[in-house]
Amino acid sequence: MAHDHDHHHDHHHGEFSELSETELRVRALESLLTDKGYVDPATLDALVQYHEEKIGPRNGAQVVAKAWTDPDYKEWLLNGDASAAIASVGFEGRQGEDMVVLENTSEVHNMVVCTLCSCYPWPVLGLPPVWYKSAPYRSRAVSEPRSVLEEFGTDVGDAEVRVWDSTAELRYLVLPMRPDGTDGWTPDQLAEIVTRNSMIGTEVVKAP
Amino acid sequence: MNGAHDMGGTHGFGPVVQEIDEPNFHARWEERAFALTLASGAGKWNLDMSRFARENAPPADYLARSYYQMWLYGLEKLLVENDVVTANEVDGARRGERFEPVTAPGLTPDKVDRAMRSGGSARVDEDVAPMFAAGQSVRANVDAPPTHTRCPAYVRGRRGVIDCDHGVFIFPDAHAHGLGKKPQHIYAVRFEAEELWGSANQGGAVYVDLWDDYLSPA
Repeated sequence: MAHDHDHHHDHHHGEFSELSETELRVRALESLLTDKGYVDPATLDALVQYHEEKIGPRNGAQVVAKAWTDPDYKEWLLNGDASAAIASVGFEGRQGEDMVVLENTSEVHNMVVCTLCSCYPWPVLGLPPVWYKSAPYRSRAVSEPRSVLEEFGTDVGDAEVRVWDSTAELRYLVLPMRPDGTDGWTPDQLAEIVTRNSMIGTEVVKAP
Repeated sequence: MNGAHDMGGTHGFGPVVQEIDEPNFHARWEERAFALTLASGAGKWNLDMSRFARENAPPADYLARSYYQMWLYGLEKLLVENDVVTANEVDGARRGERFEPVTAPGLTPDKVDRAMRSGGSARVDEDVAPMFAAGQSVRANVDAPPTHTRCPAYVRGRRGVIDCDHGVFIFPDAHAHGLGKKPQHIYAVRFEAEELWGSANQGGAVYVDLWDDYLSPA
């Protein structure tokens, strides 16, 4: 897929700036749907705001930190009802209705892809980054996962690499390994070091 | 369908490139295309129909489009196919034409948070007997329908083992085409890397979520 982000046609420009074909089509569709009463522009603002502010990898990091510090919670996540366990700390909804959590260990390294589109656990990780939706990741994660991991600077040693292709409506969150040197840390301190990519499985968490 | 969207195992796309400090949206039109898609769909079509509208494009077009362009073209198609607007109205709007109201918005700003937080599970609360059990050896069927399917081409005909039963869900191959939910079990199926990629394999295994209708005993 191309990366037509139209950086030079940003919304900071005035009304006389040249609009791309894509911008014109979006603008026309919003105008048409608003005129006919199907869409309220304030709803569009609220939808963007929700996805910018209410969801994101900070949510997932809190789940991971809690699992690292609370064995009962970890058990609920891995072997009980992951969706309920995640909802209990406040994260639920669209594209996270049916969650599965995969635990990374020194023996097994899990990583997640959606080869057919862009399935991703929105409530805990937010909207997916461009690389996750890109052809290189979607094509290669399943066939050459170790090469992909290398491009992320990730070495999982002798661990078996398991790639999970999200072809259905299950949404996967990776529980990365807690790094050495973090004994006694609070959940808040731990959440700070959990990266988005470690919860997709393309990186491991490192202590600073 | 065998389309450009079904990318698992395709060669030639190059390295995975990360963007540092990436924003959620790279332009205002991406925000609007995203939000228009979420605001317009409720009750008119389902997620499986949306996916089919996006993937059912000439492969060269699919690969040339950016992610939110795909959403935009998919949305235009769904709106016209479902008689929400006509192709003439879409053309007219691009020329600056205005239109009279015919309805009131279903999703109002005050309902956005609740709608997003409740979502909509594809799980079906029906007692459907599973065809397979954990540990069982299966083969993915070779079916290559021109219609929507979530069985990726790279597992067709390959042997795997049922890892776990996720329960009963809507079957997208039927649901995408208005043929009902056809509820059935989904399993995580483990395929050894060697079974999928032969001598090119890098070890390990790929787990794919597959429905009863995609599988046969092996």
